[in-house]
Amino acid sequence: MSALTVRGLSKRFGPVEVLKDVNLEIESGAFTVLVGPSGCGKSTLLAIIAGLENASAGDIEIGDRSMNGVAAKDRNIAMVFQSYALYPAMTVRQNITFGMECRGVPKGRQREAVDRVARLLQIEALLDRRPAQLSGGQRQRVAMGRALVRDPALFLFDEPLSNLDAQLRVEMRAEIKQLHARIGTTCVYVTHDQVEAMTMATRIAVMYRGVVQQFDDPDTIYNRPANLFVARFMGAPPMNTLQARLSDGDAVIGGVRFPLPVARDRLLPYRDAEVILGIRPECIAEPQRRFGETPPMMLEAEVEMTEPTGAETIVMLRVAGQRAIGRVAADMVLPVGSMQRFSIDTRKLCLFDPESERLIA
Amino acid sequence: MNRQAQPGWAIYALLVLLAAFFLTPFVVVVLTSLRPNQEMAQHSLIGWPHAITLQNYSMAWGQFCIAERCTGVAPYIMNSLLMTVPATIISTLLGAVAGFSVALWRFRGDTVVFGLVLVGVFLPEQMRLIPWVIVLRDIGLSNTIAGLVVVHVVQGLSFTTLFCRNYYTAIPQDLIKAARIDGAGFYRIFWRIILPLSPPILIVCTIWQFTGIWNEFLYGVTFLTGLDQPITAAIIAISATVTTTPQYGVQSAAVLLAAVPTLAVYLFGGKYFMRGLTAGAVR
Repeated sequence: MSALTVRGLSKRFGPVEVLKDVNLEIESGAFTVLVGPSGCGKSTLLAIIAGLENASAGDIEIGDRSMNGVAAKDRNIAMVFQSYALYPAMTVRQNITFGMECRGVPKGRQREAVDRVARLLQIEALLDRRPAQLSGGQRQRVAMGRALVRDPALFLFDEPLSNLDAQLRVEMRAEIKQLHARIGTTCVYVTHDQVEAMTMATRIAVMYRGVVQQFDDPDTIYNRPANLFVARFMGAPPMNTLQARLSDGDAVIGGVRFPLPVARDRLLPYRDAEVILGIRPECIAEPQRRFGETPPMMLEAEVEMTEPTGAETIVMLRVAGQRAIGRVAADMVLPVGSMQRFSIDTRKLCLFDPESERLIA
Repeated sequence: MNRQAQPGWAIYALLVLLAAFFLTPFVVVVLTSLRPNQEMAQHSLIGWPHAITLQNYSMAWGQFCIAERCTGVAPYIMNSLLMTVPATIISTLLGAVAGFSVALWRFRGDTVVFGLVLVGVFLPEQMRLIPWVIVLRDIGLSNTIAGLVVVHVVQGLSFTTLFCRNYYTAIPQDLIKAARIDGAGFYRIFWRIILPLSPPILIVCTIWQFTGIWNEFLYGVTFLTGLDQPITAAIIAISATVTTTPQYGVQSAAVLLAAVPTLAVYLFGGKYFMRGLTAGAVR
């Protein structure tokens, strides 16, 4: 059963089209992340799903029920905001019960629900405080509690971790993921952080300029990006995209042949054509590295710059005049300006059409 | 050290001087109100009281003749209170609702509505006089205090809406969205979420409206007559009273009595006034 269906959705603000024909089918229990750079329309899409904004065209269904003309409060959803949006003049307890108060839930049931959620999130000690007396992480928890207490059909998160410091963000990320595993409610989560998307999602929708570029599981998004935008947006450092020419089933860059992991007949329409070769930084490694059974392809390239991170070293290379990034073992000695050999994982190479920017193979 | 202290000393001297300059009329009025009439006649008009008396105050409050009615200022102060208190409360509350609406509850044409409301801030009082005469006549409130309450509520709304709107724009939109998902409507959001954040701006509106309406003269004399007139009209009548000997002591006492309510409002709310006008911080 699908928990949320978005069909042919578009949104216009005057002449500006912020969402163009968005279609999503989200299964019950899925953790879907909408990810994209700022201004890509992801937050607007979430607001339309929540019923806080109206679509210019298209339909939303939640639990197979059409949401056209249904007010936000009647959609059986709960939302967590980036700013937490806790009511400043109310205590934590009142913040959590406000929704039930509006819906006329009896006091006794309200108290039970608050106790259950407070125990789940370990905020029992905070119930009588006001939001101003809480730390960022505590506010985040209370905001989660306010959403959880409703026991909704759909959780919506609008960049909930963006206001937290790096360490707390990682903690809360894991906590939300665990929470989802425990309660299993369908979640739609908006973020601009591709790491958050990769780590939390069961499905990712990558958005750019109001269009869903790709809607897939994280593995496919990462390894088989549908187009150059997805390839470059997902992953840090991003995927290398190098100009190459096809020749006898290999991609050739300045005399270096990259054997492609695809059947030759699929490349027939592109014979001898200009293509873009996509290669993830972790597929360019120190020469001792082995990928799979066969001995790896070797590449000789000039070192332009290195960024040691401790666990590994990020290395900027020049491959036939083009810049590429590799991730090598931290103990590899890489003098700037020297020519070095690198081991290449050719199993995960991607090819893109330079015109349409779409994935060819 | 000494050099640094000197500019500070000069500034304080200047401030004290200016304060004394601005306070002089007030001091004169206070001193005059405490002196018996004969003393002024025998010695000088302005001077230190030889014998302090509260006679002038009781005269001014209950016996002094204003425009041939010997009632003192008491009934006129009562009129002013009957006019100012309801007009202040109603215009402040309506302004808060209206300001909330244009700041946080966006609707089609909200900026146009707000622009029209703002025009009211700039319209001169005299220009609105004739329209008000017609309106009050048509709604049957000519020559009543209730009519003046209506006038002041409507005219005050421009200001209170502006003040509240500017204050509320600092409140994040997400609060409203969260409350809408929680199932709260316009008035519940206003009452439970916005109003508890509003005391600073409500106090600003109250002081602004109270002093403005209390001190207003033109509408008071135009729309009310005789014993229905507000205190401002009575004070003018007192100063214009032609008697054999000018009653400076009683007049001074009357002026001070008339100023007590506005002074009280400032004393209770003054510290919020500056805070509320300058800051819109909610968090």
